[in-house]
Amino acid sequence: MPFQPVKFYQTGTFTVGNRLLALEQRSVQANMQRTNSLNSGHRACQGCGEALGARYAIDAAMRASNKQLIAANATGCLEVFSTPYPETSWQIPWIHSLFGNTAAVATGIAAALRVKGRREVRVIAQGGDGGTTDIGFGCLSGMFERNDDVLYICYDNEAYMNTGVQRSSATPPAARTATTMPVGPEPGNVFGQGKNVAQIAMAHNIPYVATATVADLHDLEYKVNRAMGMHGARYIHIFVPCPLGWGAASNDTIRLARLARETGLFAVYEAEHGEVTSVSKIRKRVPVEDYLKLQRRFAHLFGKTPALETIARIQAMADKNIRKFGLLEQGGQ
Amino acid sequence: MLKQCEGSHAVASAVAMCRPEVICAYPISPQTHIVEGLGEMVKSGNLAPCEFINVESEFAAMSVAIGASAAGARSYTATASQGLLFMVEAVYNASGLGLPIVMTVANRAIGAPINIWNDHSDSMSQRDCGWIQLFAENNQEALDLHIQAFRLGEELSLPVMVCMDGFILTHAYERVDIPAQEQVDSYLPAFVPRQILDPAEPVSIGAMVGPEAFTEVRYLAHAKQMQALELIPQHAAEFKQIFGRDSGGLVRPYRCEDAETIVVALGSVLGTLKDTIDEMRDAGHKVGVLGIVSFRPFPLLAVREVLKNARRVVVLEKSLAVGIGGIVATDVRMALSGLHLHGYTVIAGLGGRAITKASLHKMLERAVKDELEHLTFLDLDHNLINRHLEREKQKRRSGPMAENMLRDVGVVAARIA
Ligand SMILES: Cc1ncc(C[n+]2csc(CCOP(=O)(O)OP(=O)(O)O)c2C)c(N)n1
Ligand code: SF4
Ligand SMILES: [Mg+2]
Repeated sequence: MPFQPVKFYQTGTFTVGNRLLALEQRSVQANMQRTNSLNSGHRACQGCGEALGARYAIDAAMRASNKQLIAANATGCLEVFSTPYPETSWQIPWIHSLFGNTAAVATGIAAALRVKGRREVRVIAQGGDGGTTDIGFGCLSGMFERNDDVLYICYDNEAYMNTGVQRSSATPPAARTATTMPVGPEPGNVFGQGKNVAQIAMAHNIPYVATATVADLHDLEYKVNRAMGMHGARYIHIFVPCPLGWGAASNDTIRLARLARETGLFAVYEAEHGEVTSVSKIRKRVPVEDYLKLQRRFAHLFGKTPALETIARIQAMADKNIRKFGLLEQGGQ
Repeated sequence: MLKQCEGSHAVASAVAMCRPEVICAYPISPQTHIVEGLGEMVKSGNLAPCEFINVESEFAAMSVAIGASAAGARSYTATASQGLLFMVEAVYNASGLGLPIVMTVANRAIGAPINIWNDHSDSMSQRDCGWIQLFAENNQEALDLHIQAFRLGEELSLPVMVCMDGFILTHAYERVDIPAQEQVDSYLPAFVPRQILDPAEPVSIGAMVGPEAFTEVRYLAHAKQMQALELIPQHAAEFKQIFGRDSGGLVRPYRCEDAETIVVALGSVLGTLKDTIDEMRDAGHKVGVLGIVSFRPFPLLAVREVLKNARRVVVLEKSLAVGIGGIVATDVRMALSGLHLHGYTVIAGLGGRAITKASLHKMLERAVKDELEHLTFLDLDHNLINRHLEREKQKRRSGPMAENMLRDVGVVAARIA
């Protein structure tokens, strides 16, 4: 990664020692001049990972585009908590059309800008995992295939949160949601085949695909910046814990996002034209229990008789990710 | 310039002269030739600057148009039938947001059973979606209405659907007068949006609106359509000044002045009806035809004005409100509140069944004697239905109904009574 690894200060923590970095290396968020594109006063829950992710991403995109940015937003928590009538938290031109058409709306905006010769204005589409991996999937794939000049950002909190935490195709196995209750012989969500949209995006050979979490601000900002430096269809999938839907403490949002990466459950990488170009390595791999135990959506796995077999299957998923993406640092454990 | 050409070609030429900036489309018969024509114009550079986007569904087509329009581009798409239904959520969204997109609907039946031929079920299913709906009688009018549609829609910030009969118009070769670019330019000013996504002046569009203002926002949509009732005749008059012909307007009465019986209809069937009425007039019947051009907004007063002195009204429509009868008929009845007329609904031409003069004569001769049933299905094959009902009586697992009835009919290319 092109920025300086921050290891010399507060080693072992992910607090970024901005003050020790050269100005241009500091995060956008650390800058008093950041646009605060998603302004304070919105109505997200305390500790909402999506609110955090959106502000990080859009502020970074604003800096990268010199404030020449338009966003299309899918229906979902982000849309609802940011624009209760008549207030809006958005400091950028922003449109919400529907739940499943955001990529296409963004395509339309990009087409209009092209016709009008406004090359400097850039377009972002954003939505939750449901709006991306399920209902908006057709429009998303179409936008990728045509290589439209849009950066699509998915804020993945692993369920339909806005409607009260129902299962989406991004919901992990065994997780409790309102439609996958922890009852019956196989409590929680089924072990399906999964639907890895970042990988599917790569299969479209689009210029840029990346995954990120809200735990690593520098990495997230770097990826948004990198994406904004390119044209054509680009996709960033950001892992954003949801305290309400996951039954997690609101001060554990960053911790959970970090653990998702350190367990290997969420692989953090980037890819260009369908090929992985870098992965965020795990220095010390963490067992999945450490991640699962912090969330009530997995509480049924840790009852009087722990669901060891289920936990082992989840561990196997993490192990597979680690193998597949080569996530372990050389000499890491 | 007079030209003998296909209806789709005429429409494509008209749309191109309106200088659209973003066109998006997904293929469905009988809309295909329109967007193919436009696609070629864009690709060859004859229509520039313009983006032509081949989308992956009608839902995406309307969504691209929404994005493009919100970013200030004059946007156009076309569809029909299943395609219109597939995009419905976005259709409502476009009008709700007040985006003046123009869309051609090449009217076609809705399945099941799947059927590619003409009727008005598709457009009628969207009569409450908040779009202005204009129905063309012939290819010249289809061409002209598109030019008026951009003008009207952009003036009101409302989307406009131009409805033309699939195949009957889209695929018919007729002589049309294709206007000069200068005429179109003098009629249609550049698009100046009321709302635009622009970094220089950021706005949020499409926010959540609760009970405190939702009714008012909806009322505004209605009020704008009421405004359209005034603008449509004005625009038609201006159109006549520049282009030299009558096109558009709210309604088009034909031989209605002293008529005792007036047939109300929309679209291309008006031609056949006028011929039929001429013949009936020759035979001494006082009959007339009222064509409705603007179905949304529905011109209640204009319709009432034409019908008020008649003794009976026959609404002939290519759509069916299952469980009640007519769709157009219900609206016409609204226009007649307090008047005492006999009202008849005739469902005709569903799924492309030909509406012949012979059938119209038979039906109207009964109507003028008040012998017609209040709800009539023109040329309905009762035997076919009875056979199927009998089959259902005989056997629980009677099988798929459409396929059974087709088998009963045997192989016929077209049914022209
Ligand atoms: C066509 C349609 N179906 C369903 C809904 C209801 N709906 C609104 S938001 C939402 C959930 C959004 O989930 P996701 O995209 O994951 O975003 P999140 O709220 O979790 O951030 C659903 C199901 C809708 N608005 N439109
Ligand atoms: S439910 Fe979850 S995603 Fe929605 S606002 Fe609350 S924390 Fe954020
Ligand atoms: Mg979600």
